[in-house]
Amino acid sequence: MVDLRELIRVNRYEWEIPVSHRRDMRVPVRIFATKQLLDEIKGDKSLEQAVNAATLPGLVSPVVVMPDVHQGYGFPIGGVAATRLPDGIISPGAIGYDINCGVRLLASQVDYESVKNQLPELADNLNRLCPSGVGKKGHINLKINELDRVCKDGSRWTLRNGYASEADLRRTEENGSLDGADPSKISKRAKERGRQQLGTLGAGNHFIEVDVVDQVFNQKAAQAMGLIAGHLAVMIHCGSRGFGHQVCTDYVRDFQVAVKRYGIELPDRELVCAPLNSPEGKNYLAAMRCAANYAFANRQVLAHFARQAFEESLAGKVANWHLSQVYDIAHNMGKIETHEVDGELVEVCVHRKGATRAFGPGFQGLPSEYRSFGQPVLVPGSMGTASWVLVGTPESMRRSFGSSCHGAGRTMSRKKAKKSVWGEDLRKELQAQGIHIRAGSMAGLAEEAPQAYKDVDAVVETVYEAGIADKVARLRPVVVIKG
Amino acid sequence: MHPNSTSGFREIAHTADWELEVWAPNLVNLLEQAALGMYHLTGVQLAPGPGISRQFTLQVIEPETLLIDFLNELLYLAESEDLGFNHFNLQIDNDRLLSELVGTQIISMDKEIKAATYHKLNIVETNQRLFANIVFDV
Repeated sequence: MVDLRELIRVNRYEWEIPVSHRRDMRVPVRIFATKQLLDEIKGDKSLEQAVNAATLPGLVSPVVVMPDVHQGYGFPIGGVAATRLPDGIISPGAIGYDINCGVRLLASQVDYESVKNQLPELADNLNRLCPSGVGKKGHINLKINELDRVCKDGSRWTLRNGYASEADLRRTEENGSLDGADPSKISKRAKERGRQQLGTLGAGNHFIEVDVVDQVFNQKAAQAMGLIAGHLAVMIHCGSRGFGHQVCTDYVRDFQVAVKRYGIELPDRELVCAPLNSPEGKNYLAAMRCAANYAFANRQVLAHFARQAFEESLAGKVANWHLSQVYDIAHNMGKIETHEVDGELVEVCVHRKGATRAFGPGFQGLPSEYRSFGQPVLVPGSMGTASWVLVGTPESMRRSFGSSCHGAGRTMSRKKAKKSVWGEDLRKELQAQGIHIRAGSMAGLAEEAPQAYKDVDAVVETVYEAGIADKVARLRPVVVIKG
Repeated sequence: MHPNSTSGFREIAHTADWELEVWAPNLVNLLEQAALGMYHLTGVQLAPGPGISRQFTLQVIEPETLLIDFLNELLYLAESEDLGFNHFNLQIDNDRLLSELVGTQIISMDKEIKAATYHKLNIVETNQRLFANIVFDV
């Protein structure tokens, strides 16, 4: 465990674990948190895991930890680590089993007050059209050669097949498709798992939410995004499903051998890695990109069915029920990016696990209407609490490899949440607050109770005050679909 | 279950994922207890009726990798064929695990496990029993 007294306080929102803390650290750990959030963090092993991450070969200083950090299974959730090309490492465990788990936000011109009575029907339609729950299969059954096209093309496949518009792709990170994806690097087993899961939500902490835009902080940015106070928005949180899980499983296993071949010693076996320019490293990067593209396509298909649900529920009752894309971001990903380090432009592999890319204004990869504001950063809270829309800043490029937080972050174990919360009681409580819940599992619902998570407003306040993100809008949920 | 029993499993609190402590007199029994513990965590309910058999062979590189491979194989069978198992006939023959499992269709499962991970995984022998902690990504 890291003793908090060893931390160096940089300022009110930033702390550092110096390399002197442990002999095998190659770089320091930079933590964005208030004192209060730090006190919550000390309850689990997330800082120790950040220190373990700081031992990876080829790191470019520092390892960054976000205020929503919590203990993971090797790399902390809420962590960012950049390794230098060509021979810095790539680590599947520092990206996660749910490759390109991420969030999509859609805006509407639907006024909440005028459709309050239609929300139960909307909830039922979303629940029916967007399959959720353990092992659920979707409406699309892909042949393997078609799955290969999804792997290579991501959201472009959805555009060709009628699930997307050009505008959707423009407003998706990387336009919904990473170059360099190679389906030949994917196992037969992973492809079998992925064939029937495109357009499914999954379970656990994945959800579809209908939100109301509660507060707007940056009117111009909100307007560019289509976010209007008092109007509905839809948030989708999910990833690459069993396909991505299997890709990570396959490569974590392969890397158990590779790591010995390259003479890399690690404090945790889930941090297994290989040099980026090794055959193993290249193969994993190509496979990871396939899973990332699958996840972009997955969220796009779910968005298509969410639009269908809106049409079925609201057509004829409101003038305009259409959902327009705000943005789609990844928060479990490895990306090759160029960052300025000590005055030099360096090409690095940025591992973000439970952390969101948050590039600042001027980034050419953004749609033109967003370039003056910065990249949208979507931060879902827990059920029953707020979600946030932020934008990246120039400071995030300087302090956190262009990264920000990804959510509220857990603070309570699932075991404790199950014991202290009764799922059905929680559902009724949220219903009484005007939040319509559709959940496949009451036990699963209990584990995701709001009290199991940190205060998302405090998390957002930290990144805002630290200067690595700016506020655009705060949303509150009125419908939640969970598996 | 309590670690004083010969074999068993119990859930250990973990912030975001699930952790299981497993113990048994030998490696083959440890695999079985890990499987039963994993099914318990996910709330698997099996259909009544005649058993369905599945056989597979896994390479034994080292005990920890075998444990993870075995559990991830069961997760795959749960997702791809909706099968869960309650009878395990496992034998280690040189460098191979020969598995014959009998079970039935999964009627329901409360929660999803993405994978069994290598985090904190170390099979240790204490008082003539093998112990392991397994963290599952959920």
